[in-house]
Amino acid sequence: MLARKVAEVFNEPGCEHNKQKSEKDRKKGCTRSARPGAAGGGCAFDGAKIALQPITDAAHLVHGPIACEGNSWDNRSAKSSGPLLYRTGFTTDINENDVIMGGEKRLFRSIREVIRKYHPPAIFVYQTCVTALIGDDIEAVCKAAAREFNRPIIPVNVPGFVGGKNLGNKLAGEALFDYVIGTMEPEYTTPYDISIIGEYNLSGELWQVKPLFDRLEIRILSCITGDARYREVAWSHRAKAAIMVCSKSMINIARKMEERYGIPFFEGSFYGISDMSDSLRNIARLLVRQGAPEGLIEKTEGLIAEEEARAWTRLGEYRERLQGKRVLLITGGVKSWSVVSALQESGMVVVGTSVKKSTKEDRERITELMGEDAHMIESITPKEMYSMLKDAQADILMAGGRSQFVALKARMPFLDINQERHQAYAGYEGMVTLVEEIDKAIHSPIWEQVRKKAPWE
Amino acid sequence: MAIVNTSNKACTVNPLKLSQPIGAALTFLGINRSIPVLHGSQGCTSFGLVLFVRHFREMIPMQTTAMNEATTILGGTENIEEALLTLYKKASPEIISLCTTGLTETKGEDIAGAVKEIRGRHPELNQVAIVPVSTPDFVGAFQDGWSKAVARIVEDLAEGEPEVFSGRVNVLAGPSLTPADVEEIGRIVSSFNLHPVILPDLSGSLDGHVPEDFTPTSLGGTKLSEIRSMGMSEITLAIGESMRPAAETLEKKCGVPFVVFDRLTGLEASDRFLDLLQHLSGEDVPQKYRGQRSRLMDAMLDGHFFFGKKKVAIGAEPDLLFALASFLSEMGSDIEAAVTTTGSTILKKIPAEEVLIGDLEDLEERAVGCDLMITHSHGRQASERLEVPLFRAGIPTFDRLGTAHQLNVGYQGTMRLIFEVGNIFLGSKKENHPDTWSLSNAGRL
Repeated sequence: MLARKVAEVFNEPGCEHNKQKSEKDRKKGCTRSARPGAAGGGCAFDGAKIALQPITDAAHLVHGPIACEGNSWDNRSAKSSGPLLYRTGFTTDINENDVIMGGEKRLFRSIREVIRKYHPPAIFVYQTCVTALIGDDIEAVCKAAAREFNRPIIPVNVPGFVGGKNLGNKLAGEALFDYVIGTMEPEYTTPYDISIIGEYNLSGELWQVKPLFDRLEIRILSCITGDARYREVAWSHRAKAAIMVCSKSMINIARKMEERYGIPFFEGSFYGISDMSDSLRNIARLLVRQGAPEGLIEKTEGLIAEEEARAWTRLGEYRERLQGKRVLLITGGVKSWSVVSALQESGMVVVGTSVKKSTKEDRERITELMGEDAHMIESITPKEMYSMLKDAQADILMAGGRSQFVALKARMPFLDINQERHQAYAGYEGMVTLVEEIDKAIHSPIWEQVRKKAPWE
Repeated sequence: MAIVNTSNKACTVNPLKLSQPIGAALTFLGINRSIPVLHGSQGCTSFGLVLFVRHFREMIPMQTTAMNEATTILGGTENIEEALLTLYKKASPEIISLCTTGLTETKGEDIAGAVKEIRGRHPELNQVAIVPVSTPDFVGAFQDGWSKAVARIVEDLAEGEPEVFSGRVNVLAGPSLTPADVEEIGRIVSSFNLHPVILPDLSGSLDGHVPEDFTPTSLGGTKLSEIRSMGMSEITLAIGESMRPAAETLEKKCGVPFVVFDRLTGLEASDRFLDLLQHLSGEDVPQKYRGQRSRLMDAMLDGHFFFGKKKVAIGAEPDLLFALASFLSEMGSDIEAAVTTTGSTILKKIPAEEVLIGDLEDLEERAVGCDLMITHSHGRQASERLEVPLFRAGIPTFDRLGTAHQLNVGYQGTMRLIFEVGNIFLGSKKENHPDTWSLSNAGRL
């Protein structure tokens, strides 16, 4: 059953990469798997946890040995405006006896304990490698527990060995679609109800864009899953339109919501000024198409003009300080062009950007922005990154936290733009913060000191 | 004398415990030019790696055999082979560890056999020491993984030479020691004109130095040649009860006698260590340490006012728990709660009524009304809820700078602890107010 699910998720009709493949390749699915001795990423369980844990009032119970939860809990920066239960680490922490006898009984008892002590509205139960291998049937246990305790207990079947983080994001989406979405009804609806899919409110980024929607009187009926309450996800099928953000991590949900509930969606991004504007524009159009009053479009354009002008003015203040500074941008690669344009607007030069996960369309946009000889990087080893920085081919590295020490040990500035980062970079505000952070990093007085040799050397 | 109990809950809430394989992996990061490999799914390594990166704020070379469902069921020899060859070609390490995980242990693989088979096919790998360690995630904790790994390293690599190097001392460094602790121990031993070989030596590798070039392996730490020659030392000093098995292994294999120091925090514990070094070397205790001892006594005199009868709740791995609880108790504080991760013979010696093998939920329940909580950074939520100040100790400490440089051993380290902890007590002193002694409060304070 899990194998079928994985195959289905891999053959995603909504995925640009997939569309570009031949019929034969498409059947093979997205099978690029981690290579022994040369792998860097997290597993499917990790990806599922990233995608679901932002549901703040639910309990997230990990069925497996201590490694899966013990080594990783409370390490992500998804923020909550209220409940904090999502930050409590629950795990069955199975022992040798469970491995021999099966862990289903312990799982059931664990669910009971969590309900008695913490009273969550729902529990997500994550399957891991060991418990999958010994054949624990978490679907059956969750079903029995849901009946017994009279509340949703959702199995999330994501043993790490089925693949990487991105697959885990999608399998989490499948769990939401199969067990949660459509199971509750909102108290009321409006013509301005939207859902945001794939936004996890890391460092509070949802709160950088929410005021914009508030101003337009667009109601975020559900965010999947940033700062979400369980019930909001459960009634997300009543949205009039949806925005799918964040690297297609939940494209399967967006497409299925459209198919089953007729909710139109578009792929947008909150990173970058023009992207933010396009997202607002597109959601307004979709809502109008779905029956909202026409005036929304004009109102949206007004807000965009106002906010863009304000952001560009603020970015302009950094132009002189950042003119000509060279940035090496190593991200997941998705939509890196949207950040590229903001950096360029502040006077910086992007000397290279990763395109590993970008689509053909993304690459065209990058060429458009950076010129024909744009340095698009398919993959780069830490050693190559280190050499580039050491040889001063860039003034700053913007990348995920793992690369932080590659830059710092080369005594070069670094900015974390991955999910563990502590700053919020979404919307117009976020882009200004990003440039502010680059300015702080590049112009820190430490660089001159640490690059100088000791007097006796 | 404590009674040791195990929590009988089905569900662990807010884990205190980390897994065995990453404990084993960290020991290898204290060996020069090494790469630890976890034999499991890519997530096993990724979680451990991120945890260490956040704790040490350093690059962490750590790899995976990237097992998937099919390779798990069919057996992982091919994945091990590919991982070893890839690492050999790309990083040319001197030593690679192969730590199993829950996944590969459930299947039950003979990794030592697999390594032998792979070596037969690839003689080029003969230049690399490969150490397989069995560390299922569903047994024991971080400290057990560390303990097993060190025992396995000396078992596999130390050579039983009949020669003895005069003045050569093995130091087996336990998991409770920070890089700063390890460095201090080395410094103390050397000051008696003895020559320490420290295994593992995190003070060489994870001390935060800025190297001149990029290396894909660990850089600094115990050299492989030093490990091989550990059989020629005069004596082994095992720091932490968890290092006893490795010390015993080395004695059995190479005939090196050993002494276990269950901790080096505290005045008397430090005295015992220096006294032994004095007898061993025939040299006087250096003036420097006499000075430090005097300063520590002064710190105890100045500090005891603030430690007396303070109620402290500690959650830590057995060795660290023992060191901290003993220290606090020797300063006059009461250990109200002691929670740990795994069994150990040291637990019953902890100065508390009960030691519980449990989680941070257990600690939080027991820490209500305490003056101080000591545990790793994951105690932060409980500390906020209870409004009990948190002193961070152990791995992971990801929300404070300089964790590698926290010194907790010797006279100097004990003095630092008195100041750090004492300042928390001083800072959270409750001021008296007119109602403090009101009659309705009488006898309830």
